[in-house]
Amino acid sequence: MSSYVLVVALLAIGVAVFTGAILINRLLRPTNLTADKLTTYECGVDPVGADWAQSQIRYYVFTYLYVIFAVDAVFLFPWATVFAQPGYGMATLVEMFVFLAVIALGIVYAWRKRVLAWT
Amino acid sequence: MAEVLDLVLRLVLILAVFLVLPLIVGQTEHKVMAHMQSRLGPMYAGGFHGWAQLIADGVKFMQKEDVVPAAADRRIFSIAPAVALVPYLVVLAVIPIGPGLVGTDLNVGLFFVLAVMGVGVLGSIMAGWSSGNKFSVLGGMRSAAQLVSYELPLVLAASSVAMAAGTLSLPGIVEAWEWWWLPWQAIGLAVFFIAGLAELRRPPFDMPIAESEIIMGPMTEYTGIRFALFLLAEYAGIVVLSALTTVLFLGGWQGPLLPGPVWTLIKVFALAFVVIWVRVSYPRLREDQLQKLAWLGLVPLALLQLAITGVVKVALA
Repeated sequence: MSSYVLVVALLAIGVAVFTGAILINRLLRPTNLTADKLTTYECGVDPVGADWAQSQIRYYVFTYLYVIFAVDAVFLFPWATVFAQPGYGMATLVEMFVFLAVIALGIVYAWRKRVLAWT
Repeated sequence: MAEVLDLVLRLVLILAVFLVLPLIVGQTEHKVMAHMQSRLGPMYAGGFHGWAQLIADGVKFMQKEDVVPAAADRRIFSIAPAVALVPYLVVLAVIPIGPGLVGTDLNVGLFFVLAVMGVGVLGSIMAGWSSGNKFSVLGGMRSAAQLVSYELPLVLAASSVAMAAGTLSLPGIVEAWEWWWLPWQAIGLAVFFIAGLAELRRPPFDMPIAESEIIMGPMTEYTGIRFALFLLAEYAGIVVLSALTTVLFLGGWQGPLLPGPVWTLIKVFALAFVVIWVRVSYPRLREDQLQKLAWLGLVPLALLQLAITGVVKVALA
C-alpha cells in the first residue's frame, strides 16, 4: 500500500500545479470582457443555429466492438504473468490460441457484416 | 524522516522531469520542423537560436485574459485542461529511468500506465463538448472515434511484453529485457508506437485537432493559460509515450558504456525525434481511415505478435 503514497501525492501535486497556474494567471491578467469576446467562435461571422450541433455518429458500432474486446484484453494481463511458469506451458499456450481465435473470429464477423465501414 | 525526504526528493525529480522535458521536446520540434522545411524557426528569444522561445510563450500565456464563452458549460470547460494534463504527470510515477531509479515500483505498473493514460483523452472530449462550439463538438467526437480504434492494439501490444517478461512491473520488464527481444517484439513495437501516436492525437492522426479544417477542434474556444496547459499536455504526452516505448520495447536503461539514465534519455529523445519527423512527413488521415487501419491492420498484427510471443516463450521454457 505504501507504494501508492507517491501516486496519490503526485496526483495532488498535479492538481496544485493546475490551480497554481490559474491563480497566477488571475493575478497577472486583464479582465475586460465584452459581448463580442463571449460569442461562440465561428470564423468571424455570427454563430448560426444552436450551439450544440447535431451530427450523425457513424461509428457507434465500433464502440460496442471496442468495449467487448477491451474487456477480453484486460483478462490477458493476469494470465500473461503466469502462463510460462513451471507447470503451465503447453496447456496455457493452447488456451491462448483459443482466445486469439475468438477475437479474430469476432473481427472477421464484424468485417464481413460491413460494420467496419464508415458509411 | 529519511523516508519522507526520499519521497519528497522523488516527487521533486518527477515534477522537474514533467516540467522540463516537454519544453525541450517542444523546442526541438520548433527547430527540427523548421530545418526540415528549409526555415530557421525561432531565432531571437534568449539569443542563441531562440532557445528561450517556449519560456517567452509561457510568460505571454500567463498574462492573457481568460475568456469562457457565454455558450460554454463553464465548470467542465474550466477543468478540462487539468483532466488532459494531470494523468501524464501521474504516469511518470512508475516509469523507471535507471536501476532503482523509479518513483514507485508498482507490481501492476503496466496496467496502471495504460489505465491512467486513457484518462487524458477524456480532457479532450470534455473540452470539445463543453465549449458549445460546432468545431469543438466535431473535434470531441473525433477524439472519441479515435479512442475506440487505437486503445485495443495499444493494450494487446503491451500485454505481449508482459507475457515475454512474465511481470507487469515496469522495472521488472526492463530487467528481463534482452537484445534479441528487438526482433522478437518488433511487430509489437510498431503497433504500440503507431497506436500511441493516435492516442496523443499527433500527426498523421491529428484529425481531432485539424487546425486547417476544424480550427484546433476541442481547443477552438480556449485562450491564455488553459490553452497553454493543453499544449503542455500534448508535449508531456510525447515524453510519456517515448519513455513507455523505451521501457517496454527498447530495454530502458540497458546499454553499453554509458550510465543507465543517460541511455534512457537518449532513447526517449530519439523516439521523440521520430514523433516530430513523422509529423513533418505524413499528411493527415481521415477518421475512418484510422479506424480501418486500427481494426484491420493493427489489431490483427497485435494478435499475431501475441501468438509469436507465446510460441517462442513456451519453446524456450
